[in-house]
Amino acid sequence: MKPKRKRLWLLLGSMGAFALAVTLVLVALDDNLVFFHSPTQIADKKPPPTQRLRVGGLVAPGSVEKGSDGLTTTFVVTDTRANLKVSYRGQLPDLFREGQGVVAEGTLGTDGVFLAREILAKHDETYMPPEVAKALKDAGHWKKDAGK
Amino acid sequence: MAGMHALANPARFQRFSARALPWSAGLTAILLLVGLYMAFFVAPPDYQQKETVRIMFVHVPAAWWSMAGYAFLAGLGAALLVWKHPLAALMARAAAPVGAAFAATCLITGSFWGRPMWGTWWVWDARLTSMLVLFFLFLGHIALSRAFDSPERGDKAAAILALVGVINLPIIKFSVDWWNTLHQPASVMKLGGTTIHSSILIPLLVMAVAFFMLFVTLVLMRTETEIGRRRLEMAALAAE
Repeated sequence: MKPKRKRLWLLLGSMGAFALAVTLVLVALDDNLVFFHSPTQIADKKPPPTQRLRVGGLVAPGSVEKGSDGLTTTFVVTDTRANLKVSYRGQLPDLFREGQGVVAEGTLGTDGVFLAREILAKHDETYMPPEVAKALKDAGHWKKDAGK
Repeated sequence: MAGMHALANPARFQRFSARALPWSAGLTAILLLVGLYMAFFVAPPDYQQKETVRIMFVHVPAAWWSMAGYAFLAGLGAALLVWKHPLAALMARAAAPVGAAFAATCLITGSFWGRPMWGTWWVWDARLTSMLVLFFLFLGHIALSRAFDSPERGDKAAAILALVGVINLPIIKFSVDWWNTLHQPASVMKLGGTTIHSSILIPLLVMAVAFFMLFVTLVLMRTETEIGRRRLEMAALAAE
C-alpha cells in the first residue's frame, strides 16, 4: 500500500472510531442534554420540591391570570397531553403570550403548582412580515403553511 | 486533484491570489453594502420579533460560514496530514482566526437577540453550548499551531485538532432536532422547505453570499501574509 493511501485509511479509521465514541456518549447522556422537560415528563417523574428543573411547552390559551399584587402571573403550560400550572413573580419577556412557547425554571411545589424563578420565551422558526401574518390569519391558514 | 496540486505551489498560489483578490474584495464590498441596505431598509419587521429580526441578517451568515470555515480547516488538516500539501498548513493558519471571528460574531449577535426575545443573554442549551465549543476549537487551533518551537510540529498538532473537532459540526446543526433547546430549529436548511417569508429570506441570502466572499477575501489575504512570513523565517534561519 502506498504511504499516502495508508495515511488516508488511518485518518478515516480513527475519525470513524472517534465519531462512534462521541455518538455513544451523547446517546448515554441524552436525558441530561435536554434544556427542559415537557409537562408529561414532569407528571410521570414527580420530581421532589428541592429539585430545580425547567419545564417547557405552550402557554395554554385563556389560562394567563394576573395576581392581585400586579406582579404575580399564573398560567398553564401544556404539551397538549399534560398540563402544568405555573406561578411566577416578576417581569415577563416580550414574547410571552398565550399560545406561545415558554420555558420556566424553578421547582415543583407540593401542591402541584410549578414555582418559577425565571421565565424564558421560546421563539419559533417562522419569520414573516406583519401583513403576511395578518393575511394568513384572515384566510384561516394560520401556522399551517406559514412562510410559504 | 490537478487544480489542488497546481495551487499547492506557493508561488503559483501567489500569482492566482494576486489576480483574484481585487475581484473578491470588490465583490465583498458591493455585496455587503447591498446586503446591509436590504437588511436595514428593505426587509420588513417580523410579525413577532419586530425590528429585532434584523440581527439575524448578521447572526445567521456568521454562523453558517464559521461552520463551513471549520469544515474547510479540517479539509486543510487532512490535506496536510495525508497528502503533505505544502500550502495547507499556511492556509489553515490564515483561516483559523477568521473562523474564530465569525463564530464570535455569531455568539455575540445571538446574545443581543436573546436578551429581548428570550429574556436572557445566555443559556446552556445544546445549540448555544456546541457553538461555544466551535469558537474554542478555533482558539485551540490558533494556540496549538503556535505552541511548538518548530512550526511544522505546530501545524500537524493543529491539523489533528481540526479533524477531531469535525464531530462538533453535525452536533451544532442537529442539536435543535435531537434535544429540547431554547434555540429555535432550522428555518432555511430543513426538509419540507423554508419557513422564512421571501421578503426576509432574500436579504438573508444576499448577506450569506457577502459573508462568504468576506471569508474568501480574508483567507486569501492572510495566506499571502503567512507565505511571506514563512519565507522571512526561512531566510533568517539561512542567514544564521
